[in-house]
Amino acid sequence: MKCDIIIAGVGGQGILSIAASIGMAALGNDLEIKQAEVHGMSQRGGAVQSNMRISSGSIASDLIPLGEADLIISVEPMESLRYLPWLSAGGWLITNTNPFINIPDYPDLEALKEQIDAVPRHVALDADAIASSLGSARVSNMVVLGAATPYIGIPYGSFKQGIRKIFSRKGEEIIAMNLAALRKGKEMAESL
Amino acid sequence: MQKLMLMGDEAVARGALDAGMSGIYAYPGTPSTEITEYVQGLDLRGEVHSEWSANEKTAMESALGMSYAGKRAMVCMKHVGLNVAADPFMNAAITGVNGGMVIAVADDPSMHSSQNEQDSRYFARFAMIPVLEPSSQQEAYDMAYGAFDLSERYLVPVMIRLTTRLAHSRSGVKRSPPKPRNELRMPGSPTQFILLPGMARKSYRRLIDVQADLEKESHESRFNAFFDAADTSVGILTGGLAYNYLAENFDDFKIPWPVLKICQYPLPVKRIRELYERCDSLIVIEEGYPLIEETLRGVLGTAKKIRGKLDGSLPRTGELNPDVLKPVLGLSPKKGMEVPSLVRDRPPALCKGCSHADVFHALNEAMESYGDGRVFSDIGCYTLGAFPPFNALDTCVDMGASITMAKGAADAGLIPSVSVIGDSTFTHSGMTGLLDAVMENSPITVIISDNRTTAMTGGQKSHAEDRLESICRGLGVSPEHIRRITPLKKYHRDNVEILKEEIAYGGLSVILAERECIQTATRRKRKEKTKP
Repeated sequence: MKCDIIIAGVGGQGILSIAASIGMAALGNDLEIKQAEVHGMSQRGGAVQSNMRISSGSIASDLIPLGEADLIISVEPMESLRYLPWLSAGGWLITNTNPFINIPDYPDLEALKEQIDAVPRHVALDADAIASSLGSARVSNMVVLGAATPYIGIPYGSFKQGIRKIFSRKGEEIIAMNLAALRKGKEMAESL
Repeated sequence: MQKLMLMGDEAVARGALDAGMSGIYAYPGTPSTEITEYVQGLDLRGEVHSEWSANEKTAMESALGMSYAGKRAMVCMKHVGLNVAADPFMNAAITGVNGGMVIAVADDPSMHSSQNEQDSRYFARFAMIPVLEPSSQQEAYDMAYGAFDLSERYLVPVMIRLTTRLAHSRSGVKRSPPKPRNELRMPGSPTQFILLPGMARKSYRRLIDVQADLEKESHESRFNAFFDAADTSVGILTGGLAYNYLAENFDDFKIPWPVLKICQYPLPVKRIRELYERCDSLIVIEEGYPLIEETLRGVLGTAKKIRGKLDGSLPRTGELNPDVLKPVLGLSPKKGMEVPSLVRDRPPALCKGCSHADVFHALNEAMESYGDGRVFSDIGCYTLGAFPPFNALDTCVDMGASITMAKGAADAGLIPSVSVIGDSTFTHSGMTGLLDAVMENSPITVIISDNRTTAMTGGQKSHAEDRLESICRGLGVSPEHIRRITPLKKYHRDNVEILKEEIAYGGLSVILAERECIQTATRRKRKEKTKP
């Protein structure tokens, strides 16, 4: 098994929680992991990404080569497109459609949607709206992760266990909210 | 033992702790911050020292002091932090150590969060101390675990050099059995740490004499591995994690040419010679400056061809990745879809509600009548004030330079000149510069934008907290020219007036612009809310 994932978003949007949850799920399956993340200046509202590599064999590079990512998971629509050169020919793009607009020249939303639709294999969903309907806009990142779970090659139950571990110190209520978001995202992806 | 998921930084800290480290000293700096934070997170207070230092120089000296007392100490910094600590660094190589001393430096090729991409291996060579450069999180752990032994065996400080990618990438790490911490123990020679000329000459001689032993260590080191292959038309030398990018380019990581993977310095000269003699030409792949390549080429060159960064076969700047290696390996690049042209850059920006933003709005208005080019700034979140919509800053060079550069410009006749510096940067390297300005009552205005934290690196405790006014008074700034403002929209008019008054004043003034960082404030409030 091998899955190379680029997780994308804007600093502060919670991509590291997605990465940590996948990492924990992979660890539960005795898989090798390398996960590179961005710290420092870019975390202040800049474009951020994490390269996540999971494999049943050993992994050489911390960075995914161009054209070899199996998956792009993005919590922001424009950011999802920034990493297309890394997506493999058969790869999937999973993205939130709700934009994070903190730059003056943010592209037209219709044009953005067209570009996402032009990616042969993609799942696009308004994760913020779904998260809000569940009662907490803050779990939109877990909705996106939920939508990506069918494509990672790790049993869904492992993600649930992973999230329980990651958020164990934050209390049952927060764990339940994140698990609900994960499930909703998965259901949405499967119904599309 | 189950594997831990650790970042390269954390693996260094874990390895050092398991090796019996008694104290870690550092000033936060990306990408090195998480080494110290890992230790702090374990809450070993009373057993292992881990509080922040005022700057890298004080950190290095404290670590040397702990080593003097016989205990194992680590000091951590980003590459440019080593410039600040250069004096004790160079001299610690001469005094040598008592308890093991390890200097963990994280370089930042590609300047993700830095003002240059200097390569700390050159500094280590300058000081003539060994370097361990991990290629994986496991090696980062193993090297930190073994570095203190190496340090104590030859009585020299040892450098661990990381680069951003490994520092901030996680993977599984297997631990070794923890060792006990050293007991307090005086140095073997009572004059070892006295660098008066007569004694320093002996110490320097000792450092030179030990070089052959250090090279022998490199020669025998398991971290300098040789992988043979049948095709000897090319031989490859890799430094640190460059090996991973090389392996990534071949199915099952089977590299068709012999490879010498160098992760310990001084360079293993004998092994390099063996590779050179065995192969028709060489390729050198290393992260950072072309240190290995430059050494191999020398000034007279070699009979066989060497390819690398110096002949343009590999990019001279920026960090490595699997793709930039493809041309020199004769492989064609693979690529997915193009980035659509509508995708825009998204540079980092000040947070919504950031106090620095209100400082810049007021400052821009107060400076309007003087024109551009008079605001000297420093290293921190507030440096983002150089970007639109503020365009408020004209310089950013090194920690503390805002005050001294403003003073120098004023000395040259650029009056008024203004300095903008953060609270933590001020106590790191601004205080001595302010003293220079006090001595001459320089016509500059120093704005200390005090958000009560070291924000850019994630909100570490600032040494300046609640001390700024008394520090400025103590240094001799005239009390009537130390003014406090609260950078909030509702005080904008008052703030502009105060700034105008002090900028117009023909001597030294300090403005303390005080408001808590919006990030730390949010975190604090969330924590208070969840408290029972």
